[in-house]
Amino acid sequence: MALEKIQLEHIPPTYQVYAAFFRDVTNTEFLHTQLLSRNSEFEYAFVDASAVISRLQLLSAVYSSVNALIVGALRTPNVHSEIVVSLSTNNNISEAYRRWGITPGKTKDLIVVKIVLPPANTQDESQPQPTQTPTDDAIWAHLTTNVKGTPAPLTDAELAQATDWPKVRKCYRLNGVPALDRVTDEDERRRRIETLAVMGMALRGL
Amino acid sequence: MAAAETQFPPPKVLTYPAATPPMLITQGAEGRLYKTTHLVPTRPCALKYRPPKPYRHPILDARLTKARLASEAKVLERCWREGVPVPAVYAMDPAAGWMMMEWIEGIPVRAGINAWLGERPEDGTEAPVVDDTPLVDLMKGIGTAVGALHRTGVVHGDLTTSNMMLRPREAGQANGDVGDEKNAKGKAVEGDVVLIDFGLATQSMSDEDRAVDLYVLERAFASTHPRAERLFTILLDSYGKTFKKAPSVLAKLEDVRMRGRKRSMLG
Ligand SMILES: Nc1ncnc2c1ncn2[C@@H]1O[C@H](COP(=O)(O)OP(=O)(O)O)[C@@H](O)[C@H]1O
Ligand SMILES: [Mg+2]
Repeated sequence: MALEKIQLEHIPPTYQVYAAFFRDVTNTEFLHTQLLSRNSEFEYAFVDASAVISRLQLLSAVYSSVNALIVGALRTPNVHSEIVVSLSTNNNISEAYRRWGITPGKTKDLIVVKIVLPPANTQDESQPQPTQTPTDDAIWAHLTTNVKGTPAPLTDAELAQATDWPKVRKCYRLNGVPALDRVTDEDERRRRIETLAVMGMALRGL
Repeated sequence: MAAAETQFPPPKVLTYPAATPPMLITQGAEGRLYKTTHLVPTRPCALKYRPPKPYRHPILDARLTKARLASEAKVLERCWREGVPVPAVYAMDPAAGWMMMEWIEGIPVRAGINAWLGERPEDGTEAPVVDDTPLVDLMKGIGTAVGALHRTGVVHGDLTTSNMMLRPREAGQANGDVGDEKNAKGKAVEGDVVLIDFGLATQSMSDEDRAVDLYVLERAFASTHPRAERLFTILLDSYGKTFKKAPSVLAKLEDVRMRGRKRSMLG
């Protein structure tokens, strides 16, 4: 099963974080429609992987979204849409959906994140309250029936294959950054770009 | 007293589980600094927390705290992008009063210099000819770091040797044989200078503001490390080579010193 249950630091144990990665997804139209119609069976963050550089960057967005949910500071309807928007460095929500959300016909590689809230969570009333916590198997079964794509591990190596570098440079304002000058070592360069992205996300809208 | 001081409630965010418990590093006037982890157990971070001030109106207090953390974070980002050695910002919740940043390994420069000086005889009676090279290199490193900061248009506002870390160089990066005795002694002051604590930083390109920044450091240095005071000129020399306007900042420093002296004579 390529569904991962992720334990993040400093998150209440009653919140569960799941993530999966699908390559070459062919039914983005269908998935997009489910989101638009607010189908309650599709409580997921669908993230276009093309401007995601690393697992750590993704987890940063997940963490800040769960934190926003806990402290009551969501800027979007729910924690899942918040994850998509948290990948941005600014407060332009529609731009963020265009860049990191699912775009029918365009999105190819898809990261799926699911946050399972504690029962009777009152801080996110927009979310339908699950009557019972879904099992890992149930989540995975639902995903594999509905996402037409090839499951892949959510690793930096796998994510790197889906990266659209010109898009990343644009999204994270990486052109003409002195900190990247003369960095020839590939790994070091990647680490620095990751840091710039994480930092830009942390300062979103400031 | 000491017991009460350690019993401050941690920020809410640190009450949630982590692989290792958060560690309180310092408790300053403005806030506290914890060592903890960001996202995964293998990623250490520094969490700066500004607790609410009970004597201030809650709404005003929240607004001030938020503005200060936001300003500190923005300065850090700007410096990092420009290649100035500072910790990267990892995550923040300004409304809740906290910011997580990259954990800088090593010790504050202050501690490094004191450890180095501690090995010397107290008075100059039979002062052996000691090789100051490692300390001289550190002074140059500080001058270069501060110069890089000023070049990007940021003045620190609170330059002291406590607000700089000495980050050990990765293995293989150090020059010379690690094994020899001279190197072992030099260890205390060996490493890369990383500037921290930008709570009072502002944007400025003026010679005057930059010179005051240097003056503050000069005074702090003289009182913290009186036995190394004479080496301060080395710091200034290397600062002078870091950007085009640096020499005129150094000229301005003379004025600032003069004013400082007059003020202390009057006071
Ligand atoms: N990013 C960091 N990595 C490691 N240690 C740090 C970091 N930031 C601060 N510290 C430690 O915590 C102390 C206090 O932090 P600082 O930012 O100077 O806050 P204060 O406003 O209380 O002086 C520093 O002197 C240093 O020892
Ligand atoms: Mg300090």
